[in-house]
Amino acid sequence: MALEDSHVRRAAHLARLGVSDDQARGFVDDLNRILEMVDQLQSLDTEGVAPLAHPLDATQRLRADEVTESSQRDTFQHSAPAVENGLYLVPRVVE
Amino acid sequence: MHDKTVTQLAAALADGELTSRELTSHYLQRIERLDSKLNSFITVTADQALKAADAADQARAKGNAGLLTGIPLALKDIFCTKGVKTSCGSKMLDTFIAPYNATVVEKLNAAGTVSLGKTNMDEFAMGSSNESSFYGPVKNPWDLSAVPGGSSGGSAAAVAAGLVPAAMGTDTGGSIRQPAAFCGITGLKPTYGRVSRYGIIAYASSLDQAGPMARTAEDCAHLLNHIAGHDLRDSTSLARGVPDYLDTLDAPLSGLKIGLPKEYFGDGLDPEVAAAVREAVRVYESLGATVREVSLPHTHYAIPAYYVIAPAEASSNLSRYDGVRFGHRCENPLDLTDLYKRSREEGFGDEVKRRILIGTHTLSEGFFDAYYKKAQQVRRLIRQDFLDAFEDVDVLMGPASPSPAFDLGAKKDPVSMYLQDIYTISVNLAGIPGISVPAGFVGNRPVGLQILGTHFAEAQLLNVAHKFQQATDWHRQRPAFAKENA
Amino acid sequence: MMQWETVIGLEVHVQLATRSKIFSGASTAFGAEPNTQACAVDLGLPGVLPVLNEAAVSMAVQFGLAVHAQIPEVSVFDRKNYFYPDLPKGYQTSQMYHPIVGPGEVEVSLEDGSTKSIRIHHAHLEEDAGKSLHEDFHGMTGIDLNRAGTPLLEIVSEPDMRNAKEAAAFLKAIYSIVTYLGISDGNMAEGSMRCDVNVSVRPQGQASLGTRAEVKNVNSFRFVERAIAFEVERQIELIEDGGRVVQETRLYDPERDETRSMRTKEEANDYRYFPCPDLLPVVLDQAYVEHLRGQLPELPADKRARFERELGLSAYDAGVLSASRDMAEYFEEVKNECGDAKQAANWVQGELSGALNRENLLITQSPVSARQLGQLVGRVMDDTISGKAAKQVFQALWNGQGNSADDVIEAQGLKQVTDSGAIEAMIDQVIADSPAQVAQYCDAEPEKRGKMIGYFVGQVMKASRGTANPQQVNGLLKEKLDALL
Repeated sequence: MALEDSHVRRAAHLARLGVSDDQARGFVDDLNRILEMVDQLQSLDTEGVAPLAHPLDATQRLRADEVTESSQRDTFQHSAPAVENGLYLVPRVVE
Repeated sequence: MHDKTVTQLAAALADGELTSRELTSHYLQRIERLDSKLNSFITVTADQALKAADAADQARAKGNAGLLTGIPLALKDIFCTKGVKTSCGSKMLDTFIAPYNATVVEKLNAAGTVSLGKTNMDEFAMGSSNESSFYGPVKNPWDLSAVPGGSSGGSAAAVAAGLVPAAMGTDTGGSIRQPAAFCGITGLKPTYGRVSRYGIIAYASSLDQAGPMARTAEDCAHLLNHIAGHDLRDSTSLARGVPDYLDTLDAPLSGLKIGLPKEYFGDGLDPEVAAAVREAVRVYESLGATVREVSLPHTHYAIPAYYVIAPAEASSNLSRYDGVRFGHRCENPLDLTDLYKRSREEGFGDEVKRRILIGTHTLSEGFFDAYYKKAQQVRRLIRQDFLDAFEDVDVLMGPASPSPAFDLGAKKDPVSMYLQDIYTISVNLAGIPGISVPAGFVGNRPVGLQILGTHFAEAQLLNVAHKFQQATDWHRQRPAFAKENA
Repeated sequence: MMQWETVIGLEVHVQLATRSKIFSGASTAFGAEPNTQACAVDLGLPGVLPVLNEAAVSMAVQFGLAVHAQIPEVSVFDRKNYFYPDLPKGYQTSQMYHPIVGPGEVEVSLEDGSTKSIRIHHAHLEEDAGKSLHEDFHGMTGIDLNRAGTPLLEIVSEPDMRNAKEAAAFLKAIYSIVTYLGISDGNMAEGSMRCDVNVSVRPQGQASLGTRAEVKNVNSFRFVERAIAFEVERQIELIEDGGRVVQETRLYDPERDETRSMRTKEEANDYRYFPCPDLLPVVLDQAYVEHLRGQLPELPADKRARFERELGLSAYDAGVLSASRDMAEYFEEVKNECGDAKQAANWVQGELSGALNRENLLITQSPVSARQLGQLVGRVMDDTISGKAAKQVFQALWNGQGNSADDVIEAQGLKQVTDSGAIEAMIDQVIADSPAQVAQYCDAEPEKRGKMIGYFVGQVMKASRGTANPQQVNGLLKEKLDALL
């Protein structure tokens, strides 16, 4: 499943990753080599094999519904790039 | 002093032969004098370390010391450390001061250990050579023209060079075991879920696991005793009792059944590495073990499956670095999309970008089944290979890496770099524990023997590794770098 | 003229009334200072991990049981990946493939008293996002993540509704169920319940569905009806003018009462769902589910049926009084206190609801308690006070003048006079004071006398300051006047 420039651009957009034209060319080559290696998977018959998402067959533990956290806003916002009145600032979002 | 193991240093502290302050100062001086040649640390926390050392000495004076009280350690810069820069080797987090401690850090603090600082690593733990770090490559103390391995290369190099007696690493596809092998130290990747992942910056959540890197298996046992266990903050950590890993270290190996996976001794394996591993296996036979060949038939699908699953998880895990709440933010964004795209373009290095792109692509509409679902099915087959093998044998042995440490800059092509992890990566997919122990040299570069056990068999792995270290002295070899600068 | 059929499906997001968030120990309380209830997990700080809140799970299961849904043994959390400033991790943890609640159904009551069954496709747990504040920060938007991580149950209906009234009735039924279960306050004004509406039209008789538009931001029962009405008209006009409905997301603007397309330059989304590796499969054993089933309260449909069957209420009254758990509980306490369901229903829907509406209060905020109202109704029924006096007592209780109806009756001297001697004395006085009216009465045609007696009744009531029993006054007056003929 060869990958084209448009695939890389689409993935870059979905991942909100700026990629220059030059870089995009390099990534198309790299990613094609990686996918070529990955495509070895296709030669294996996995009919009827259940996908494995976690290496251990454990189940989710549930937490009691208790408030255990108190405000640490100042600490958390200490290394935030842009805050005002306790809010994180971003360029205007148009609805 | 810096030639000693954690076990020896702990005894010296307990006997009052030296204080934690003396020990800590000694290592800090070594770091200051030598690390410019290795680049193994990103951040050295000298002031905090000396304070912690004094606190440890006071605790000892009051009779409140534990086995590891006052022992200096280093942490891979992937562990969140409250009030200390936690960069994950990335420009993206160059300004990030973690506001909380990882559970592992809390546990080590509670044990009274003294952190000297944060070690260099491949960016976001993505790499096998430590060359993808924003802070520059780490050099291998055995040969400064060689890589230390990755991604926990800083931790491995620092321990090998005697800059710290032990360090913590993380292992997603071999990132503890391979650098341990390349640097001639002992590194343990525990079972997935044995050690809490809370506060460890995620690369691939279903594969990541933290573990100790030290000179000996005994030292690793000491450290694992303190970091293992269930954590209420990590849903994937297992609620299962933790044995005392020191208790079984000396158990005899007579009757131990060792399996040698034939796939681990095939094409691409350096013959001298193969010879060193076979020699190590003969040592085990002399200790009473029996050896047979086994097969892990899906081994060659491990790297392809990994390079679907790990980048997919990573692409999602790394979406939080968007320039809004923490981390790098570009100058004067034009709009929201520009803020995202430029912050991430500037903050991430090429290898991270490659993996984000691969992961995004393989998860996207029309490709999910062929890649992600397929890889998860193969993951089950790979795990089953191991479970089947452990029906017949107690442990598996083989090389940790197909070759000893390669030269800096030697692996330009990403795929050739990925293939370095052929013997380590399937272990993470299966979630089983593995340990790498020094087992010889090719020229001046160390060779690692990898020993694998079934889920939660850490005690057995440490026992098997320890007995080998009782019978050999590969782990006592020191690089010329460490000696010359002693 | 083509006949059109409307097809509607709803997605209702219900904020669950847990104390802490779905994956963290931060508080879910409404109205705190910005970002003071966004903990490390909610902010998606590097290294943090989610742990699932048991209350969110049990609330979701209770909802499932209330709509007769299958509760699958295993449910799984997935990540829905997209970038938005109010989504801290760059993904929303949700359930795409294995939701916690499977197919079910809700019986809704319509205005004509009939009921209709609407199928539930599934309901799944997910985390809420934060809020973007658009007031001016030098041309920037401010992000408050207090709401991020609040548990949501997204309830997805089948496209079973055929008009706006049915859709509103469905939404009301969901409101009733979640408030009965106590799993949400259902407050649409505060956003605890939010609704997206999928609307399409098709020629009457056509089997396949038309292209649908998804209308977001429909956040009151009234807006649901209005947004659908607008959207149906828009789609029909579009098609009749030779156009085509495009599948898109539209936003309802209550101020202009219209929907408009949200597709600015938005490309087709690709959310790249995959199982969240930080959370394990949620496995619910049968005993847990049965335990929750055993604790379910009487649900609105059952209560409505019982009100009709056992209390003899009309379908309309039963529907109104069972619409919320608070309303039903209030009504039942009034009924138990006074012993008469119909009287209780009249008072709760009449005097009480009127007063609550005037002052924009919820029934839980009523200054008159159910017990007080029940006693008041009882005093009317046992003839202690007249209906007119009762309204006076109600007003006094509403204003906090007195602890009980009896206190007010006593304090204001509103007790009806039923002692016939006292009433006779008042009547005699009125007759003596009104010779002209008495003469008119006696001269009048017998059939007109009934009407004329009203004057005397009014005078007696006035003399008694409203405390005389009007029926008794009427009877005695008639006797005495007729004796003068």
